[in-house]
Amino acid sequence: MGSGRLYAAVAAGGFRRYATYRAATLAGVFTNTVFGVILAYTYIALWDERPHLGGYDQSQALTYVWLGQALLMTMCVMGAGFEEELIERIRTGDIAIDLYRPADLQLWWLAQDLGRAMFHLLGRGLIPVAFGAWAFDLTLPTSVLPWLSFLVAVVLGVVVSYGIRFLVSLAAFWLLDGAGIIQMAWLAGVFCSGMVLPLNVFPGVLGEIVRALPWAALIQAPADVLMGEADPVGTYAFQAGWAVALLAAGRAVQAVATRRVVVQGG
Amino acid sequence: MEPFVESFIELDGVEKVFDVRKKTGFMRSERREVRAVDSISFRVARGEMVGYIGPNGAGKSTTIKMLTGILTPSGGRLRVAGIDPSRERTRLARRIGVVFGQRTTLWWDLPLIDSYRLMHRMYRIPDARYKENLDRCVELLELADLLDVPVRQLSLGQRMRGDIAAALLHDPEVLYLDEPTIGLDVISKARVREFLRDLNTERGTTVLLTTHDLQDIEQLCSRVMVIDHGRLMYDGPLTGLHEVGDSERTLVVDLERELPPIEVPSARVVRVEGPRQWLAFPASESAAPLVARIAAEYPLVDLSVREPDIEAVIAKMYADRTSGSLA
Amino acid sequence: MGEAAGVTGAVETGVREDRAAHGGDGGGWDDGPLSRTARVLDGVRAYRLIVAMWIRSTMAYRASFAMTTFGNFVATALDFLTIVLMFSQIDSLGGYSLPEIAFLYGLSSTAFGIADLVVGSMDRLGRRVRDGTLDTLLVRPAPVLAQVAADRFALRRLGRITQGLLVLGYALLALDDVHWTVLKVLLVPVMMVSGGAIFCAVFVGGAAFQFVARDAAEVQSAFTYGGATLLQYPPGLFAQDLVRGVTFVFPLAFVNWLPALYVLGRPYPLDLPEWVAFLPPVVAAGCCALAGLAWRAGLRSYRSTGS
Repeated sequence: MGSGRLYAAVAAGGFRRYATYRAATLAGVFTNTVFGVILAYTYIALWDERPHLGGYDQSQALTYVWLGQALLMTMCVMGAGFEEELIERIRTGDIAIDLYRPADLQLWWLAQDLGRAMFHLLGRGLIPVAFGAWAFDLTLPTSVLPWLSFLVAVVLGVVVSYGIRFLVSLAAFWLLDGAGIIQMAWLAGVFCSGMVLPLNVFPGVLGEIVRALPWAALIQAPADVLMGEADPVGTYAFQAGWAVALLAAGRAVQAVATRRVVVQGG
Repeated sequence: MEPFVESFIELDGVEKVFDVRKKTGFMRSERREVRAVDSISFRVARGEMVGYIGPNGAGKSTTIKMLTGILTPSGGRLRVAGIDPSRERTRLARRIGVVFGQRTTLWWDLPLIDSYRLMHRMYRIPDARYKENLDRCVELLELADLLDVPVRQLSLGQRMRGDIAAALLHDPEVLYLDEPTIGLDVISKARVREFLRDLNTERGTTVLLTTHDLQDIEQLCSRVMVIDHGRLMYDGPLTGLHEVGDSERTLVVDLERELPPIEVPSARVVRVEGPRQWLAFPASESAAPLVARIAAEYPLVDLSVREPDIEAVIAKMYADRTSGSLA
Repeated sequence: MGEAAGVTGAVETGVREDRAAHGGDGGGWDDGPLSRTARVLDGVRAYRLIVAMWIRSTMAYRASFAMTTFGNFVATALDFLTIVLMFSQIDSLGGYSLPEIAFLYGLSSTAFGIADLVVGSMDRLGRRVRDGTLDTLLVRPAPVLAQVAADRFALRRLGRITQGLLVLGYALLALDDVHWTVLKVLLVPVMMVSGGAIFCAVFVGGAAFQFVARDAAEVQSAFTYGGATLLQYPPGLFAQDLVRGVTFVFPLAFVNWLPALYVLGRPYPLDLPEWVAFLPPVVAAGCCALAGLAWRAGLRSYRSTGS
């Protein structure tokens, strides 16, 4: 179980690291809250027009808004997190050092990201949801079980998000300028995760596609679990499935990239 | 006291005080006043090449920042070419050149020549002058192959040379260099020093050089100012500094075999490790006769001379001095 | 160079408005009107030079420029795509039809896009202060504001302006309920320019804030991006207090809400006289002046405390 403790330590390190950015975190909470307010009013108007849009009532829609804002940084929907660091390390060749560590590269960064995610969940998630609950009429469960199920979904979502970002980082490695890939991932993240509009509201075929993509596991899935709109087990299966697929793909690309780095010497 | 002459650079009782906040607990912090520059006065005439040395945190960079208009002094009077840098920053900026050792004044992502072209226009350098200066700098600093290279791809030495050229394109009357040889290899250092020497002797550019490296001073400056804890400890020729500081150089001697400490007049053994011995002798004296003595009387395999490091010189000076500066 | 001159010429109009109010650096004593004008002109000149350099450099890689501009276009069009998706399920939002919302959106997005293009790089100031690289700007014979604003000028931001104009174009064609008068027609370009100036003031003010609170740069995006998003929707959607705040305290409402609702012939949620719709240029000038003061105070503080 030595490696277990190792990864736990790495996760704790990730948590602590992001916890030092106090001013930035507060600034982020402020921004999240402002956007939450704007979205909330927009959704009020939207649900006034169609009271059961996407299978939600207005209160649930508002809850969705604030959950989305709370999870935004946790899930790194817009990228950020470890990507830039990893890309830099690949480009400078420092990645070779990471590969010599007595720990698996992918799991190492995953542990660190989980630590970060936990901090962001607490640091940037609690206050917006609390504010939203105070300012608007939300539907939040009062029993413990939905919250626990929610937490499990969040953790799975973070792993899926990590899988996506890990692949994006490696993709940026193949290309001269990683900015293009990162921007596309950002676009897909914001749009397909349900940040702008709940995925259940997307019409027709577009809606079905978007609900099957991995980004659906980030915000839509945990939110639906908490509000009791989706079956937890089915959701976990969906999330876990994507998590495994993305991590496996990541490992495959990593193996190829490693060979390249070693051959080129950074 | 010297007769009052209007000098190029004038500092009279210049002070810079910072309010530093330190966290002492979860939500508590205490305020402390740090006198980075504590009533410094000096004059630099046109065409002088002056060294400005001191340990880390002594106030060197702060002084340069005030001279260039980056920082506003907390007190005192500061004039460069009769202009107050904190009041007329842009007017003065046209006439000065600055080279920061640790940061570049060039545009990081763009080719070197783009930075120069921009400076050509920004400093309103007449076309003919610009071309002449650029060609000269390119030739003397060997930049011909580097002009189309993005600055971020240059090595430290190359970037430094690029920075120096950038600082000189507009024929500044004074050049400030803040740690210009830091991190450079020996060859680059020599090149830079030679270039600066020529600049001062041929063009009469006033040069103020802050550095951590005593060698820079020894090779370039006739006058040196020592600053420590924000105060001017010494202002005069370099040789005087060694005398004042009673500084010592170290002769590291490798003997054939382990022997009891060497005994020679005017040097004392400070350390022995097997066949190697460290001897300290006054910095103002030549090492040659000492070496000859030792070679004559002891089985010498090899030796080297270590210069006193500036920290030791200053520390010693500070310990010996109780107030003021020597003029 | 001709291409660059054309673009900088177009951009200059936006720059002149805010330059006139707040060119130059902080702490200067040359206070006479002549030297203030000289400082402003100095700032404009430096801005143009630096921008021209970045444009030239960007255009050296045409393909990359085209791709990143397209990327910017798509990323910013996302907001309108969201609105279109909403309208796939509904017919009106808060009583507004899609063309009406597109009108609001187009104006907000274009105004924000202009500001983003002209001074958008100002939000990097906090980073520069932390790096210590702001000092290299203070050593040059040009106003710091101009240098910071022009730093890393990103021509790709034309993408946002383009999508804003396209949506506005669609709105103008699709709007069928508007009684167009000469005044209303003139109001449209005035809105875009004044709106751009107001957002420029927000950017500059935000940068000034970063002198004091270096790590809190993100607060600025709440006002810039948040503001732009807010203005895409009709004011009637939001709580009265929020509308009051955005009208009287942080006057973003003058970017598009007030004048646009006049054009659309719609009542404003607050009880205000009709001529208020014509105040955007005045409000813009005021905001720029305030932003200029904030900038000078911030720079003065930086030059006093260092980094």
